[in-house]
Amino acid sequence: MRRVAVIGAGMTLFRRRLLETGKEMCYQASQMALAEAGIELTDVDAVVTGSAPDAFDGVHMKGEYLSDGAGGVGRPYMRVFTGGGTGCFSAIAGWWHVASGLADICLVVNEEKMSSCHPHPQTAFGHIWDPILERPLKPNLIWIFAMEMNRYMTAHNIKKEDIARVAVKNKRNAVDHPCAQLADPNITVEDVLDSEVLAWPVQRLDISPPSDGASALVLASEDIARRYSETPVWISGVGWCIDSTMWTNRDLYFPEYVARAAKMAYGMAKVDDPRRDVDVVEPYDPFDYKELHHLEGLLLCDKGEAPKLTREGVTERDGELPTCPSGGLLGVGNPIAATMGIKVGEIYWQLAGKAGKRQVPGSPQLGVCQAWGDLMQFSSVIVMRA
Amino acid sequence: MKASDIEEGRVATAQGRPEAKYAWSAGESIGRFLAELKEGRLVGRKCDKCGRILFPPRSFCEECFVRAGDFVTLKDSGTVETYSISYIDTDARRLEEPIYVGVISIDGASEKMGFMHYLGEVKADELSIGLKVKAVWKSKADREGAITDIRYFKPTGR
Amino acid sequence: MADEVRRWRGDMEAYYIYTAGVAGDRFLREIRDNGRLMGTYCPRCDVIYLPPRIYCETCFSELNEWEEVPNKGVIDAITVAYVNDKGERLPQPLVWALVRFPGARGGLVHFVSLPEEDVREGMEVEVVYRRTGRREAAITDILYFKPV
Ligand SMILES: [Zn+2]
Ligand SMILES: [Zn+2]
Repeated sequence: MRRVAVIGAGMTLFRRRLLETGKEMCYQASQMALAEAGIELTDVDAVVTGSAPDAFDGVHMKGEYLSDGAGGVGRPYMRVFTGGGTGCFSAIAGWWHVASGLADICLVVNEEKMSSCHPHPQTAFGHIWDPILERPLKPNLIWIFAMEMNRYMTAHNIKKEDIARVAVKNKRNAVDHPCAQLADPNITVEDVLDSEVLAWPVQRLDISPPSDGASALVLASEDIARRYSETPVWISGVGWCIDSTMWTNRDLYFPEYVARAAKMAYGMAKVDDPRRDVDVVEPYDPFDYKELHHLEGLLLCDKGEAPKLTREGVTERDGELPTCPSGGLLGVGNPIAATMGIKVGEIYWQLAGKAGKRQVPGSPQLGVCQAWGDLMQFSSVIVMRA
Repeated sequence: MKASDIEEGRVATAQGRPEAKYAWSAGESIGRFLAELKEGRLVGRKCDKCGRILFPPRSFCEECFVRAGDFVTLKDSGTVETYSISYIDTDARRLEEPIYVGVISIDGASEKMGFMHYLGEVKADELSIGLKVKAVWKSKADREGAITDIRYFKPTGR
Repeated sequence: MADEVRRWRGDMEAYYIYTAGVAGDRFLREIRDNGRLMGTYCPRCDVIYLPPRIYCETCFSELNEWEEVPNKGVIDAITVAYVNDKGERLPQPLVWALVRFPGARGGLVHFVSLPEEDVREGMEVEVVYRRTGRREAAITDILYFKPV
């Protein structure tokens, strides 16, 4: 397999409602990524798009619909879809294209326009459930997270305030992100604990918002990367794993499928001791407890230890293991697949030394990003090196 | 852009609703499961290879990848594996009275083999992971072969 | 009876409000307010996009130059619908056409106000708009194409 580097990234504002169509958002993000890479669309050999359920945008065959805005017209083009896991998975699909030698330059574009869906984007999530066993109970998707969070808290005797610290950290980090939707420099743990209860233990500020947005990456083979970029960031390991949709048949306190995806990626990247070697991490954080759950799934700490690391400041931007320095989904926003910009994009910018005010100190060399989704069952992991 | 920009027509929009209707085939195993619910029973299905009692029943064991064996009648009681107290409905609208919902693993099925259902006749501070519960059924006349033939699970001994 | 148990019925309750977007917003307002078709011009490729886009799909240039496209075009392709979108027989067949406009890339699909036997490819047609004051910045502000 050939070496593959990220040489450019771009993202739109993340907002509850954007005037732009999905195609227009794709164009804006793609153009930013191409400009940073110093190439033009005509240099691109293949395009991959990622987007979550069609039911958000309300356009079936969303991949095909987005193709012209994503630069796909007249070239090899495909869409991948693994729910929220698309946030890293489409970059993995882009990596296949270049690593295999099929393409020298692959543009990866992720998009979500959740504001189209009424009365609320949550309504679209109603169709994720089993139509016979679960939908007749009129569930809200937040229930499943609430139940996972409860199980996680109970298994390790974790206090809610230790989980709330994640929301505080990420919303404060997001103040330095120009695209952020829910940055808050003054938020406190008390604010989170006092916010409206949605489905206990999930409260309003434990959760990331629905958003419109798009993001893009330019992936290139080694010779191209060295020609166009002073600071290529190498994709040195990828991994992904799915569990069953029968989420009621497993213990929710630990995401085993995340650990399997992580082991696959660490193995490929020859990272023997991730706790020692990883300098910066962007785990998927649609809920505050998910950052903790995923740090454990990524084997960056023991089971149940992530809240302690958070409490001790280890996961702050200037801590030993900077975690979600972008501000994450909690602070920047959650346009499902387009969160690629704050996962893969952020690790790229961090390792390239281009993260500006968000830059973690000490010129990080090894970064990990992770996304998660479908029905609490899928994870994608990428290990990147400066 | 704000919601009012759309509502007050300051930006051009088009509206639509998918009008398709669906009829999902229950399949062999869930078809039987629903028929048994109508009779007031819970059934699982045994994997003859690994010996697990699969619940809800399915036609294959996803671990052994073999066809599942006989249906097994289970108890209508179980254990709360986790739960939530929801103040929002399926469309994220605020509820006056919260819904109690949990994952209940069923007695007689293999470990952790549960399904999602409502919890009732219980106060918030009595709810806990590990609580033993029992199904409260609709009357026979009202049962229709649906997951909602069980109204909710309540703590045992009440 | 068995069928009742073995099938579960439902539908998709969501409905959608789609923004027309940056280009679409101006396109539909121009139709509503000025009764004219506006496209966007790519100077690099020397093409006008109709409907307009904010980007050129070929060279990915950002498009800011708006150009009026004449209301007259040429029928490129025709179909005649005998059933509606639910598969029910229509009382009158509906003639649909893809109309191209000189100098523009793209085109518009709409009804044609002629019986099917009188419509042919290559025919010159013009856009008929709903009367002013009744338009609502939607593609249905165009009523149909009629022969020039
Ligand atoms: Zn088995
Ligand atoms: Zn052009």
